[in-house]
Amino acid sequence: MKGSELARRMRPLLESVVTILLGLLAGALFMIVFGYNPVNAYQALFKGAFGSMSDVLETLAFATPLMLTAITFAIGVKTGLFNIGAEGQVYMGAIGATAIAGKMALPPGLHVAAATIVGMLMGVLWALPPALLKIWRGVHEVISTIMFNWIAFHLSMYIAIYYLAEPGRAERTVPAMPTARYPILMEGTSLTAVIFVVLAFCVGVYIYLWGTRAGYELRLAGENPDAARYAGVSSNRALLLSFLIGGLAAGLAGASQVIGRPPSWSLYATLGNVAGFGFDGLGVALIGRNHPIGGIFAAILFGALQHGGRYMEYHAGVCSELVRAINGLIVIALSVPEIWAIVRRRLKR
Amino acid sequence: MKTLFRLKAMKWFWPLVAVALTALIVYGIEKAGLRPISLLEAGLLAMTPLVLTAVGECINEKAGVVNVGLEGILLITAVTGVWGAEFFGNGVMGLLVGTVAGALIGLLFGLVSVYGRADQVVAGMGINLFALGLVPYLLMAIWAFPGIHLFERKLMVRPIYTFFGRLSPVTIVAVAIVILAHILLHKTVLGFRIKAVGEKPEAADVAGVRIDLLRIFTCTLGGALCGLGGAFMPLAWFGGIVKEISAGRGFIALACVVFSGLEPLLAFAAAFIFGFAEGFAYSVAVTPGVKEAIPFYVVNMIPYIITLLVVTLVIGRRRFPAASGQPYARE
Repeated sequence: MKGSELARRMRPLLESVVTILLGLLAGALFMIVFGYNPVNAYQALFKGAFGSMSDVLETLAFATPLMLTAITFAIGVKTGLFNIGAEGQVYMGAIGATAIAGKMALPPGLHVAAATIVGMLMGVLWALPPALLKIWRGVHEVISTIMFNWIAFHLSMYIAIYYLAEPGRAERTVPAMPTARYPILMEGTSLTAVIFVVLAFCVGVYIYLWGTRAGYELRLAGENPDAARYAGVSSNRALLLSFLIGGLAAGLAGASQVIGRPPSWSLYATLGNVAGFGFDGLGVALIGRNHPIGGIFAAILFGALQHGGRYMEYHAGVCSELVRAINGLIVIALSVPEIWAIVRRRLKR
Repeated sequence: MKTLFRLKAMKWFWPLVAVALTALIVYGIEKAGLRPISLLEAGLLAMTPLVLTAVGECINEKAGVVNVGLEGILLITAVTGVWGAEFFGNGVMGLLVGTVAGALIGLLFGLVSVYGRADQVVAGMGINLFALGLVPYLLMAIWAFPGIHLFERKLMVRPIYTFFGRLSPVTIVAVAIVILAHILLHKTVLGFRIKAVGEKPEAADVAGVRIDLLRIFTCTLGGALCGLGGAFMPLAWFGGIVKEISAGRGFIALACVVFSGLEPLLAFAAAFIFGFAEGFAYSVAVTPGVKEAIPFYVVNMIPYIITLLVVTLVIGRRRFPAASGQPYARE
């Protein structure tokens, strides 16, 4: 009895691991097709990701924003939403943090906090319209969040170039002032103390969802809308909260890349240092089973793929973007419940 | 009978007003001479991939399958289309290669959603994520250049000179496909079967319709049309490829589908409006005098803002097939 209970609890983990392996295998096929050596590439990737202490810290630095964007998607799923607006909310969060950190002089301590909070609020600001459109007009969140992502893309480039650019250096915004920077944890790496804020946020979301009445109602509204309505839970309130917490998370992710990520300490005018986190977070959330704590581990895995991917690009010549393609394949595999039924049937025989 | 007629008229009234207004604006701007590049030409170019993608998705959603991976299919087929054009030394062959690649992805999506009983939104989003990584990877792996590839001008599919100005032959094909899709859905047995499978799969099953094959067919068809649209972008429009070439068009096409309530003719109307919004944005962006006053970035937001506005205003009047997004299993 106890053994089967354990097996039941471990099954999602096993499914995630098997799917990741399948994704890596498919990635190897893509390498072979274009004449790369997958063994060399994956060796380089692994060595790059975990080869030394500083590599491990670098992997964690890559994982930090993904833990947050995974929450944005996961908390949406918990309320029955498909919220893919993290991408745009990350941009806006980065803009908010840059404006405070680069343009305003504040006392140390307060400055970091202010930049972080304004970044998070900008994320919320960008999450609000799709939530209201959904509640008032029933606009599907896939369309509205994607449109807001693209508007945010052009808007934040506009703000970055017209209002926040560093004089004489057109490629990036003004850097965060030293008072607005999170301290670096180890010289030579880009992991800063912002990771503790992020981990605290993830644990906070976990406690909120599973430890409070409001969090329970939020999950109920997603899992069983009829029961929720019968119990007097306002589904609109749950939906709004889910969007807003997602916005907080994504805004923090954007801020963390400006005030918590050396060496640039600023936003690139092309948004290159914040682009893609929102969509990567979707895969991370699914691998982490839409759970804030599972998301932490999935984010570390994906951070390893990204950091190791750069090493792989350098040593094996394989474009690191392949890692993103593997992420997509993993998501497709995870969308299929029948794979697991088929696998189990085969195993039982 | 009277209420039925009114319902039908309601469905067509506002879209037709919107199209008439757009046409009037286009005519006015052309007359005023505000045109460094012809607004009509720019609009028809921008419209074409949207029409193709949206019409395919209309048929697909009629059969009860929702594919949100259109953006990804557009991206991948843009690259494969250029690859095909260079491989065969011919732009039209490139369009064909793109179409076939799109059909293959559509087929895979169909297999995954029908036999795998996948969560279609997650699977479709997986296609988008896959494309987001695969396209820059392919650009590096095939042409060894990061993020962008320009090909020889002679591989472009040449426009035809007509009364409307320069017109791509693909645009004409796209309009023909709209009409064919309308006939398919409303006048043929296959069309009725598609609708039955989307509305009441149990009944269709009892009547002997192969739901699995029909849905896989519509997915493949939708993917093929989307693939033609994807290959169109570099080969008949931009003359090159960047890793963000689709720029949200897959989702704007989804908005067209929502707008249309799954009517190919109305999807065409929506694509016309969105296409002209984009054409208008391009024309404005390069007009001397305006160029300096309004930043390029602000102009770039116009298509997305219009999409949001249209979807917000029109939604709620639309009804979608009962079995939309649901995998079918016999009891």
